[in-house]
Amino acid sequence: MTPTAQPSSGLAAIPSLAANPVLSSWLAFSPGGRVTIFSGKVEYGQGVWTALAQIAAEELDVALGRVSVAPVSTGDSPDEGVTSGSLSIQHSGSALRQACAQARALLLAAAAAKTGTPADALTVDDGQILTAGRPTGLSYWSLAGPGALDREADDPVPVKPPERWSVAGRSAPRLDLPDKVTGRPRFLHDIVLPSMRYGRVVRPPALVSELISTGEPDLPPGVVVVRDGSFLGIIADTDARALRAARLVAEAARWRITESLPDADDLKGFLLSAPAEEVPVESRRDEGASAPAEETPVASRRDPDAAATAATARSAEYTRPFLAHASMAPSCAIARWDGESVTVWSHSQGVFALRDALAAGLRLDPARLTVHHAEGAGTYGHNGADDAALDAVLLARAVPGRPVRVQWSREDEMGWAPLGPAMLARLSAGLDADGKIVTWRQDVWSNGFIGRPGRGGGPRLLALAHLAGGEPMPPAPDGAATGAMGSTRNAVPGYRIPDLEVVRHRLLTMPIRTSSLRSLGAFLNVFAIESFMDELAECAGADPVAFRLAHVADPRAARVIEEVAEFSGWAGRPREEGTGYGVGYARYKGLAGYCAAVAEVEALDDVRVRRIWLAVDVGTVINPDGVVNQVEGGAVQSASWATRERVTFDRARITSVSWDSYPVLRFTEVPEVAVRIVAAPGQPETGAGEIAQGPVAAAIGNGLAQAAGVRVRDLPLTREQVIRAIEAS
Amino acid sequence: MEQHELHLTVNGADHTLACDPDTPLLDALRAGLGLAGPRFGCGVGLCGACMVIIDGKARPSCDHPAWAAEGTQVTTVEGLSRDGALHAVQQAFLDEQAAQCGYCTSGMIVTAAALLAANPAPTEHEVREALDGNLCRCGTHGRIVAAVLRAAHQGSGPGAR
Repeated sequence: MTPTAQPSSGLAAIPSLAANPVLSSWLAFSPGGRVTIFSGKVEYGQGVWTALAQIAAEELDVALGRVSVAPVSTGDSPDEGVTSGSLSIQHSGSALRQACAQARALLLAAAAAKTGTPADALTVDDGQILTAGRPTGLSYWSLAGPGALDREADDPVPVKPPERWSVAGRSAPRLDLPDKVTGRPRFLHDIVLPSMRYGRVVRPPALVSELISTGEPDLPPGVVVVRDGSFLGIIADTDARALRAARLVAEAARWRITESLPDADDLKGFLLSAPAEEVPVESRRDEGASAPAEETPVASRRDPDAAATAATARSAEYTRPFLAHASMAPSCAIARWDGESVTVWSHSQGVFALRDALAAGLRLDPARLTVHHAEGAGTYGHNGADDAALDAVLLARAVPGRPVRVQWSREDEMGWAPLGPAMLARLSAGLDADGKIVTWRQDVWSNGFIGRPGRGGGPRLLALAHLAGGEPMPPAPDGAATGAMGSTRNAVPGYRIPDLEVVRHRLLTMPIRTSSLRSLGAFLNVFAIESFMDELAECAGADPVAFRLAHVADPRAARVIEEVAEFSGWAGRPREEGTGYGVGYARYKGLAGYCAAVAEVEALDDVRVRRIWLAVDVGTVINPDGVVNQVEGGAVQSASWATRERVTFDRARITSVSWDSYPVLRFTEVPEVAVRIVAAPGQPETGAGEIAQGPVAAAIGNGLAQAAGVRVRDLPLTREQVIRAIEAS
Repeated sequence: MEQHELHLTVNGADHTLACDPDTPLLDALRAGLGLAGPRFGCGVGLCGACMVIIDGKARPSCDHPAWAAEGTQVTTVEGLSRDGALHAVQQAFLDEQAAQCGYCTSGMIVTAAALLAANPAPTEHEVREALDGNLCRCGTHGRIVAAVLRAAHQGSGPGAR
């Protein structure tokens, strides 16, 4: 929904509401005593809808069970951009809270006019209006006539303070789980529309390929082949037949392929292929797109006097490989092309951006397109959802009037969805004679992380490059180099360091398509910084926890570090041969949730993470169990990334396209995880879904260094990497 | 392709459906019988999202030909709850809030139900071993193990079978 008028300036502090100021775009009092809330944020397992329902129930004084969340659609949901960056509670939650507070005030004013009782003498009990504790016979539902909420929000009104909360701030069971434990249709993948047909895309055999000929596959009657340039797809009347036909078409097609990928065994060489030193910062703008990397200072605070006191210097390099989202559900989409209008069902994290990208890519008026969101599996960043939506539209265009459902295969998802980029962080620091860090420099090399549709120009949808006349997708942007976005996320250490310089080197070629993967650059940056902190602590002869505490200025940082040290039994833990304990800490983005982790790591015949303890401060908490679930999940996923995962490729294509070639941690391998929430009354809410990844990877790396007696700086921390590090030492 | 008449017994009911002879059981259940619980994840039996119980044993349905299930008893997650009463494992998943995205959940529940039917009091290690072929990408493993142990503990409860 676009803003219809200048919103009241007081709303600027609530950006989602300022952009969508009409109250009825946020909530409705529905028949049957229900409250329907509308949000632009989508559910993908992070529990955001439950938390938003809690916020609405709290502010309206209705039972949580009355609140339903409407599916997100470009047709009638508030446009809140993409559901990403752990921002849903801040953005949607604050808007919804304020919209509910204003709706409540409006209806209480109406009740006051009817009863003659002043509004401030009225109270609400589960939606019923009371005076002096007695029913007035009025309720939200009797008062909210048609159009009652079709008005713009006023300047913000006071909302209920957390100390008066009874629904928010307490663990609430997830609204979506009953369907999921009984197998009721709930996912996009479960939608069956009348006369629906089934499509599959025949992906090229290499990332850069040209379709020479489709050959003459022997296809059963009724199968439609769609070709546009090097885009090749088929449509059939069942998914099984579509899959079978796609295999026949793939076998018959002839392609010209280009070997376009770097050496998978030399990621450092790839990332550093033109040394940054040869690209002075001042002249970088003149280098244009021919330069291999764009160098941007992220943070600089120079203190030559402090730097001059450095008595000991250390430097080290840390890397991560390309990582896959590896959603449990390969992407899926449905589209219907009805002459004038195009309707799409997608599990995209940003249906508005997807609508605009589809319109731009296909040269359609966005007003002709509607994108409905339906749940998919967890995404962990930008996976293939948006690309599958374009595939569905391209196929649906060939059979107007009929919905076409496109199902990606596991190989499609692993081989063609965007990946989290490989990264290198080069760190150097100096300690003074007292073991204090006085100078720090950090250089980060990476492809961009901000590759979602519509970001950085262009629609950025996979199949567009394959269509006749299609252009290769430009390298992914990386956002502002602030230390909060893209590859610079958490590149600025959260420690007191007088002389500091951080520089980003964004690659300007993109042989492998990259985009956002949960926590973006924070995963490697925090792994690097916190590994390096341990190396510096060792130099200084200090305990790793004490060394961190000596360098933090923020008391909330100190509290999570102290808390995790206390409940993991950090001090005085007996040492076992082949077992180590490591700590890691970060404040996510440098400005959001705090997280400290301790990991117990075994390095005997293999690298095994046994236990992880986490202490987190995410400000005001809406659903404590939801926070714990997100932190636990973040920790396990991070342990999987850190010890197992690595996208493999040859010179032409991604080769880690199955669960065999891209293993993730299994039930017999996952660590035990314990989470403590450190209370932070009065502090603003922050997200919880991405705070654990960096600290956990670092804690594992530090635990492994102790367990194996050798430092491994290249992820993943596998047995082979330990052996390599031992051989190199 | 010649259509094949398929006779399946799913969740206690007999069904006859026409399908291509090489149709995987997963497709017969989802497209043929409209059951959404078994889910497509990989197509080659490596992730567990499509788990069903065939004659008491949990196994992937995506790489199992539908014809090979003829003459067997097939149970999907939909067949675990009866008359509105959840199976002990389903209830335990709710009690432990043992999911995030929930896409793997029905496969997890099916595997766990088959385990508990064969071994009503498994150790934690046995639970982990039984679930090792079921992948979860959200990292809810700890909660899932806790849910299965809880269900085992409450095994004689009203919903248990």
